[in-house]
Amino acid sequence: MITLTINGEEHRLDVDPRTSLLDACRDHLGLTGSKKGCDHGQCGACTMLVNGRRINSCLTLAVMHEGDEITTVEGLGEPGNLHPMQAAFLEHDGFQCGYCTPGQVVSAVGMLGEVADGWPSNASKDLQNGAELSGEEIRERMSGNLCRCSAYPNIVDAIETAAKTTKEPA
Amino acid sequence: MRPFEYARAGEASEAVSLGGRFIAGGTNLLDLMKLQVETPDKLVDITRLPMRDIEATDDGGLRIGALVTNSDLAADKRVRDDYPVLSRALLAGASGQLRNKATTGGNLLQRTRCGYFYETSQPCNKREPGSGCGAIGGFNRIHAILGTSDKCIATHPSDMAVAMQALEASVETLKADGSTRTIPLIEFHRLPGDTPEIETVLEKGELITAVRLPKSLGGTQIYRKVRDRASYAFALVSVAAIVKMKGGEIEWARLAFGGLAHKPWRDTAVEDVLKGQAPSRALFDRAADALLAEAKGHGENDFKIPLARRTLVSVLAEATQGA
Ligand SMILES: Cc1cc2nc3c(=O)[nH]c(=O)nc-3n(C[C@H](O)[C@H](O)[C@H](O)COP(=O)(O)OP(=O)(O)OC[C@H]3O[C@@H](n4cnc5c(N)ncnc54)[C@H](O)[C@@H]3O)c2cc1C
Ligand code: SF4
Repeated sequence: MITLTINGEEHRLDVDPRTSLLDACRDHLGLTGSKKGCDHGQCGACTMLVNGRRINSCLTLAVMHEGDEITTVEGLGEPGNLHPMQAAFLEHDGFQCGYCTPGQVVSAVGMLGEVADGWPSNASKDLQNGAELSGEEIRERMSGNLCRCSAYPNIVDAIETAAKTTKEPA
Repeated sequence: MRPFEYARAGEASEAVSLGGRFIAGGTNLLDLMKLQVETPDKLVDITRLPMRDIEATDDGGLRIGALVTNSDLAADKRVRDDYPVLSRALLAGASGQLRNKATTGGNLLQRTRCGYFYETSQPCNKREPGSGCGAIGGFNRIHAILGTSDKCIATHPSDMAVAMQALEASVETLKADGSTRTIPLIEFHRLPGDTPEIETVLEKGELITAVRLPKSLGGTQIYRKVRDRASYAFALVSVAAIVKMKGGEIEWARLAFGGLAHKPWRDTAVEDVLKGQAPSRALFDRAADALLAEAKGHGENDFKIPLARRTLVSVLAEATQGA
């Protein structure tokens, strides 16, 4: 038996050590927001936050995450009470089929945390001083999330909007 | 995935005594276990070991704990200031999500991306010694042009390790018998020879505890990665360069290369060509001649020979400009 803390709630579950964090959430806890795309860390559809940092939940074992704070897309916001990032994706139509969307939204939230912490990216001209969140920066920092419908322009717009909302809290 | 026993270690001494395959970020090992390329009986989870710090050393360098993530290392102020080639190499690798999980130790030990290694229905001497090499005479666009053997032409895929090679890093380890050693990175990875399944000089059950960087030598530091996409793709060719200029001449240069060989490649003969010389296109070409004297293409990857030349020349031009 292991205990996982997901979206602020503790869950006790009995899992085979082979179970990925993604499968534990989807198949054992009914948290099906996070999606399984490639199951090899290449597409980003399974992105979750662990202790505030975004990771690919398909490439990690549930048993390795006892004591961690895990956030899935369900924990960001729900219909009627959307997270600003979710609202921005709706406003900008940042999807077509929607399969990659939970991963895009969670990844974007994690990415803004990294920017707030002053982390540079491969697109940053200057390593030392935090980067302005340009479209180029967003595209580089979000390259771990693929969208087969190629809704990228609207995804970038949505993230730009959400970045402004989170910078100037209402 | 094959079933395995799972154990969690609290301390390094416990980790080496548990006897099993270490798992850190899991981003390479689990990927390969899902495909049954890797089939360990036992996993030892080392993520709780106290190896997440980056400390200043007495000689003015840095000691990077084996579990420091690629993200944390790239963002560390001292690394950004004194070892920018390392920050750049890390940021050019993988994705934001993967860098948050990938560790310093795991990155050094990540395995090749050769398609035959990944596909268990195909021959591969690295995965199944003696079964042959599918890539020789097969699909080998991403494969090596230097230091290959007739048993294996795979490349080492890491970006981080290429920068560390140029920085003359060394690897600290703990063996199962409790003894420790420090291995210069240049001696850490092996060429394939007749045993491509043996990739490093680590013994069975030997734990990487840290990577040491010597005091920064300054200089102009550049990491140039050439790849099929602008982001989130492995290197076809990469160059880590540290160049120190003095009075219009190249005082010294340190160069390491990714995508060309079974290990992060460094050849001091290339650096010797540049030492004490005034920068020029002809000089850069002579450096490339030295690098590529023994280079051998295998068909699809023939393009890497001119690509490595152009990339090196371009990096040297950038590193010496204004001189
Ligand atoms: C889609 C994708 C794209 C990628 N792109 C890039 C890229 O562009 N550039 C790049 O450089 N990398 C890239 N990577 C690879 C990534 O950098 C590696 O998977 C990662 O660095 C491995 O670190 P880890 O901690 O997850 O290792 P793990 O998967 O946990 O372990 C890898 C190996 O190291 C061993 N190990 C781990 N830690 C230790 C230790 N302390 N002592 C002894 N043995 C240990 C394990 O037993 C295992 O054999 C990519 C990966 C993916 C999935
Ligand atoms: S190049 Fe090496 S890893 Fe690839 S098939 Fe040949 S032996 Fe296997």
